[in-house]
Amino acid sequence: MADPKPKDVLLRPIFRENPIALQILGICSALAVTTKLETAVVMSIGVIFVTAFSSMAVSLIRAEIPNSIRIIAQMTIIASLVIVVDQVLQAFLPDISKQLSVFVGLIITNCIVMGRAEGFAMKNPPKLSFLDGIGNGLGYGFILLSVGVVRELFGSGTLFNQTIFASVKEGGWYQANGMMLLSPSAFFLIGLLIWLIRTFDPKQVEKGA
Amino acid sequence: MSRETDSTTIGKAVALCAICSLLVSVAAVSLRGLQEKNKREMKQRNVLDAVGLYEPGKSISELFKQIETQVIDLETGLPAEGIDPDTFDQQKAARDPKLSVAIDPKDDVAGIKRREKYALVYFVKGDSGDFDKVILTVYGKGLWSTMYAYLALENDLQTVAGISYFDQKETPGLGGEVENKNWKASWKGKIAIEEGESVINVVKGLNLESPQAIHQIDALSGATITSNGVENTMKYWLGEHGYGPFLNRLKQSRQGN
Repeated sequence: MADPKPKDVLLRPIFRENPIALQILGICSALAVTTKLETAVVMSIGVIFVTAFSSMAVSLIRAEIPNSIRIIAQMTIIASLVIVVDQVLQAFLPDISKQLSVFVGLIITNCIVMGRAEGFAMKNPPKLSFLDGIGNGLGYGFILLSVGVVRELFGSGTLFNQTIFASVKEGGWYQANGMMLLSPSAFFLIGLLIWLIRTFDPKQVEKGA
Repeated sequence: MSRETDSTTIGKAVALCAICSLLVSVAAVSLRGLQEKNKREMKQRNVLDAVGLYEPGKSISELFKQIETQVIDLETGLPAEGIDPDTFDQQKAARDPKLSVAIDPKDDVAGIKRREKYALVYFVKGDSGDFDKVILTVYGKGLWSTMYAYLALENDLQTVAGISYFDQKETPGLGGEVENKNWKASWKGKIAIEEGESVINVVKGLNLESPQAIHQIDALSGATITSNGVENTMKYWLGEHGYGPFLNRLKQSRQGN
């Protein structure tokens, strides 16, 4: 794959090379923050920001990073950006920051961010790496939002806290599916999504399995 | 690569760390003021929520002017001298050996092991100098977590004026429903205290016709342990080891008037 095109770098990770669906990375936070769309959106924005800027920063200094400490150098950059995101959320969106709790901090260990820094940004120029970071963040966000819509709608009968199905608990008719609010449901939903994506794009199916 | 000697590696690592720590410190320091304001407002909002005075869109600090905060000594029920209610952190005090006492296991119905010596109480100011409602901080073990709530009492010091669970990590959709609006609203008007003891009963299949219903709260379906935890929280905090002395003193001082 010589000289990737900016458009491909930005858009391919959303569907063709989705980090969650193709590489099965970043599952942990995808389970934890998708019970509500609101948190899923904020988490996605956080991850997009961190992957984009960490990839750009790593790419900018890629010639200077000593090979023997490159992983820890990448981690340092990622961790700093994550702390900044966490601080900003605490200052401007305290409600959502409380709901996301430790999962903002855990972006540090999100394999997507590390994976892009090591796999792409170390070999490509800053502008492309920045777009690649945004693209992969969007791919992550796409899965988070898909899962979030299903979980919030069927688990609580709401979308963005607005009532869609009036649930029995609020005096309506919809008997909420409590399993949707528990983590295992996200596994089922991500599994179904992967099945769906690979049905449309059979190239993603691993050979010899 | 030839240019990679130990000293350049270390030098570059130090430089990178310096730049990153600068970035982090700038963010942390410049945003600290806002974060502290948020924390304070979140707490004030929960207090206002317990008495139904919170209105979205209105300034919280403005609304909170209706509330008077006091630190009390739980043992004597008297106002505690020399503790600033604005800076006193009750949750922290409960973990501080100097500011808390161990609870005798046989009295520890709420499962909290230690209890702080001083507690924050909030008065909703009424007309003619008297208070209208009083708000107490209560907490106890549920299934997974310690559940924190503000419980508001009417000025007869018996009737529940409202409750707001604001910090808990129970099962979402089951025990987590302690934060459900309708369930919280069902507390209003219940008689919580008789003869210095909590008479709140959390029961399955509440029958509103029953003469006992005035003391009863409908249990959360699928969350027996959380529901029991709620009942035990009230039993502990409204009894003689919790706010009992404070409520007694309050009652006496008013009869004296």
